[in-house]
Amino acid sequence: MSSKIWVIARKDIRMYYFKGPVVIFGILTPLFLFLAFYIGRNLPAAFLIPGLMAMTLFFTSTSVSPVIMPSETQMKTLERLISCPITVRTLIAGDILASFIFGACISAVPVAVGAALGVSVKSPVILIIAVLFSAFCFSSLGLLFSAPPTSLVSNIMMLSTFVKFPVIFISGIFIPMEQMPGWGVAVASLSPLTYFTDLARFSIQGYAYYPIYVDFIALFVYSALFLLLALKLHERALPKRF
Amino acid sequence: MEAIEVKDMSKSFNGIKAVDCVSFSVHRGEIFGFLGPNGAGKTTTVRMLTGVIKPDAGEARVMGCDIVKDTQKAKEVLGVVPETANAYPDLTAWQNMMLIASLYGIPRREGEIRTASLLREFGIYERRLSKVKGFSKGMKQRLIFCMALVSNPEVLFLDEPTSGLDVQSARMIRQMIKELKEERKTVFLTSHNMQEVGELCTRVGIINKGKMVTIDSPENLRTKIGGSLAIEVRFDKAVDKSMLDFNPERVGDSYRIYTTEPHEVICSIVELAMLNGLKIKNLNVHSPSLEDVFVKLTGGSNEQ
Repeated sequence: MSSKIWVIARKDIRMYYFKGPVVIFGILTPLFLFLAFYIGRNLPAAFLIPGLMAMTLFFTSTSVSPVIMPSETQMKTLERLISCPITVRTLIAGDILASFIFGACISAVPVAVGAALGVSVKSPVILIIAVLFSAFCFSSLGLLFSAPPTSLVSNIMMLSTFVKFPVIFISGIFIPMEQMPGWGVAVASLSPLTYFTDLARFSIQGYAYYPIYVDFIALFVYSALFLLLALKLHERALPKRF
Repeated sequence: MEAIEVKDMSKSFNGIKAVDCVSFSVHRGEIFGFLGPNGAGKTTTVRMLTGVIKPDAGEARVMGCDIVKDTQKAKEVLGVVPETANAYPDLTAWQNMMLIASLYGIPRREGEIRTASLLREFGIYERRLSKVKGFSKGMKQRLIFCMALVSNPEVLFLDEPTSGLDVQSARMIRQMIKELKEERKTVFLTSHNMQEVGELCTRVGIINKGKMVTIDSPENLRTKIGGSLAIEVRFDKAVDKSMLDFNPERVGDSYRIYTTEPHEVICSIVELAMLNGLKIKNLNVHSPSLEDVFVKLTGGSNEQ
């Protein structure tokens, strides 16, 4: 089964990654958001880089994964694929793996930007583990977006954008958690991105709002929830795609 | 053991029965034709038999593997050319073939050998490194056929494999189907091309409104419909259908009558022509075609 997951992931990378939407939503969007926030404000780079990392990882990991299922339905490649000896679970796992690899690799870009600005990583091991956990979590979320059985990519993109942008603003990227009012912290705690942002701040700035084990547990719980929901909903949606 | 065994299989979508308690079996090494009007339940049946969707009720086995309980095993022994499937347009023909070979668990080297051999056989080897988006419809369909054969399946499901193809590609695919029969492979062929089905299939099943109407050899089916002969007549002028006593069927500017008594019918037609000053421009007597059988058994319906 694991080799078939890799076959699906390799197909996804060839077919869907290194294309326009990935560049736009994965790298350019967080970069422009970052610049809009950064320019004209006297904020230390060590505060900004964790935010840029969080946005990049989030946008990259959720940029292509929602598009795969509706695209395959539209291109009429899904029926051919699912008539091979694979399960929906293998298919979903392959899509998540491709997104995970891409998200994790692209997260090196903001680290390089930080290094160019003189920002060093204080806890590289924590950062690497956090990136891996979060890339998986956000990739699963991306697959969850594509669960509605439609062949219209625009519908799925609308749904994912509707969720993604608010998440960016409530996750402690632009306003540190410690400066948020009580209701703000409560809202932020609902976002999985909050916990990665917190871990990225710990790795670069040396302090975090939550204890890091809480961040990891939260990411684990969200990952499991998104994965299980994605599997369940895609299994249910598959017959409606034809 | 039969290659395909279906017992009381049903499937509904939004309360509408697409396939209603269908039962049949396909022998090993047989080319089985599956006919029906649009919306009759053909593609739904194929999708259930290939493990793409699950039946609501009933059972089906492919080479002895239950398609619900043992879906993966069943999928391993079958190959599919789905009605509406495409190869990945941004992958090359070679990459598409190797993708399918990998998903069937075929070792890389063996997959490469089979891929090269099939692409050569279907005349697309020279374009193996071209992206599929630049292929013609005929080339794409030949590639889909190659993809279905790369796992060397025991049972092959072909859903409209020659639909919309140029003559050369359609002939090539028909020739390949004949060769598969020689190799004792089982082929489940869905088609709207009656001539193709009549030429290739040993038995034919006709489905209408989700129910299996009949299963028999094309020859037996031709003798089944209300008479063994079809008489086709064309007059020099339009004739009111009610003037003809034999429940004729309008076919273009001719009338077709199915009968077991051709002598009586021809005499009546001649008499009618003489009494009404009509000239017979054309009069043919022939055995009913498979298309006649199909139209008769499905009531000429073409409901979506």
